[in-house]
Amino acid sequence: MKKPVIDASGVDLTFQTKDAPVHALKDVNLQIDKGDFVSFIGPSGCGKTTLLRCIAALETPTGGSLTVNGLSPDEARKARSYGYVFQAAGLYPWRTIEKNIKLPLEIMGYPKAEMDERVKRVLDLVDLSGFGKKFPWQLSGGMQQRASIARALAFDADILLMDEPFGALDEIVRDKLNEELLKLWDRTGKTICFVTHSIPEAVYLSTKIVVMSPRPGRITDVIESPLPRERPLEIRDTPEFIEIAHRVREGLREGHNT
Amino acid sequence: MRNILPILTVLLVIVAVWYAAAIKMNAAWTYAQANRAGTEVTFSEVVRDTLNQERPVLPAPHQVAAELWATTAQKKITSKRSLVFHGWVTLSATLLGFAIGTTAGILLAIGITHNRAMELGVMPWAIASQTIPILAIAPMIIVVLNSMGISGLIPKSIIAAYLSFFPVAVGMVKGLRAPDAMQLDLMRTYSASDNQTFWKLRLPSSMPYLFASLKVGVAASLVGTIVAELPSGATRGLGARLLSGSYYGQTVQIWSALFAAALLAASLVIIVGVIEKITLRKMGMAA
Repeated sequence: MKKPVIDASGVDLTFQTKDAPVHALKDVNLQIDKGDFVSFIGPSGCGKTTLLRCIAALETPTGGSLTVNGLSPDEARKARSYGYVFQAAGLYPWRTIEKNIKLPLEIMGYPKAEMDERVKRVLDLVDLSGFGKKFPWQLSGGMQQRASIARALAFDADILLMDEPFGALDEIVRDKLNEELLKLWDRTGKTICFVTHSIPEAVYLSTKIVVMSPRPGRITDVIESPLPRERPLEIRDTPEFIEIAHRVREGLREGHNT
Repeated sequence: MRNILPILTVLLVIVAVWYAAAIKMNAAWTYAQANRAGTEVTFSEVVRDTLNQERPVLPAPHQVAAELWATTAQKKITSKRSLVFHGWVTLSATLLGFAIGTTAGILLAIGITHNRAMELGVMPWAIASQTIPILAIAPMIIVVLNSMGISGLIPKSIIAAYLSFFPVAVGMVKGLRAPDAMQLDLMRTYSASDNQTFWKLRLPSSMPYLFASLKVGVAASLVGTIVAELPSGATRGLGARLLSGSYYGQTVQIWSALFAAALLAASLVIIVGVIEKITLRKMGMAA
């Protein structure tokens, strides 16, 4: 029996704020296997981003156990197990795209020749070859976000954590990036955790959809997608797709009413 | 080119007001002279006289311009009557003081952003230091340093540094804290050390803030140096020129020294601005 890449059992997180403690996560149990594409979906305040931040060791759970690659999240971060993609591209304006992608490599102390080789490879992977010498402001929003994905892929983390990476982009760019992300996932075999607001996005991308609801943040449903790994955009019009989307919507509504 | 017209208009208004004020303020002397001599003066004679007095209350623009020309272009720069000579004395102390103040300000800012105790322990003193009138403290610093055998350039530079470190420190603290939570989180996901976060994120982010405060700092340095030249009985520097002018009622000399100081300050601020543009463009952040 293979061990899950991310294993959460009974994870609890309470933020101590000035007026009252906020129960951000309650009794979260979840196993994510290697190569899964997992979406976290739910209304704002349901703790989906908080859960992602716990996996990244940016927050520390106040209860339960959470392991990443069999290590504590903190150790996993030090072992460079994951790349994190934020809501905004967050590229440094004073660095070219190439230099931005080199940032984690510089910090992790890769040799110079290897840096150049890796930059070339990931730029190719996100279809930005030839843009390495440009500054971020010379690129569109979608291209900037692709560059930030390249930055997260530059070192060999086998987990990719993405916090609403396409939330600020328009629908058409979003569709294109979703399609590219699936191809990238297929080619690299990474485990991806993806936070989103959008039901179609979650259904289209995921092998596993985690439906969450707020106050306190908890998991209300985990849906294993029966869709094949190979997914053209047209798959969104098939009955299977619509059925899963329906189940996600039901799950969200249920969580909202309780 | 479209900017030229408004600028010229403002300049013209200032010169016109200045001439009017010169006539009004200097007329009393002209009338008193005429009265003593028992003669009547016509208005055109009054105007001619008020604009050409040797020791006017307010010198006319052309008198200041002529004095500036005479004491810069027409004097050898080694002469004690050359404004270039005095300007250089002031400028050298200003630049040294600015360098000391900037270094101190940046180091202070780094300390404050890295250490909470330092913020609480040092920041109030830095603020208090700026509430003391520089005119009051400058003579004391000069006397104390003189008694220790330090005179000339250094005491003036220290006062210049005293005025310029503060804006640099405040601007730099703000700049080093400019990166938002997301950018800091990104560094955390790489397990970056404090040192790496400083060199790769905080320092580059602070550059626009640094340059804004350098412009304030360099002008403050010049003011500090001039103030330091006033009480020390100095015979060299723009401050000394101002003081000796006021001893002997040489208003034309005072005004030309004032203008020289203003031109110097403007040039320094412009130079910092040019360096800012070049640096930010090299960093890809051209404003």
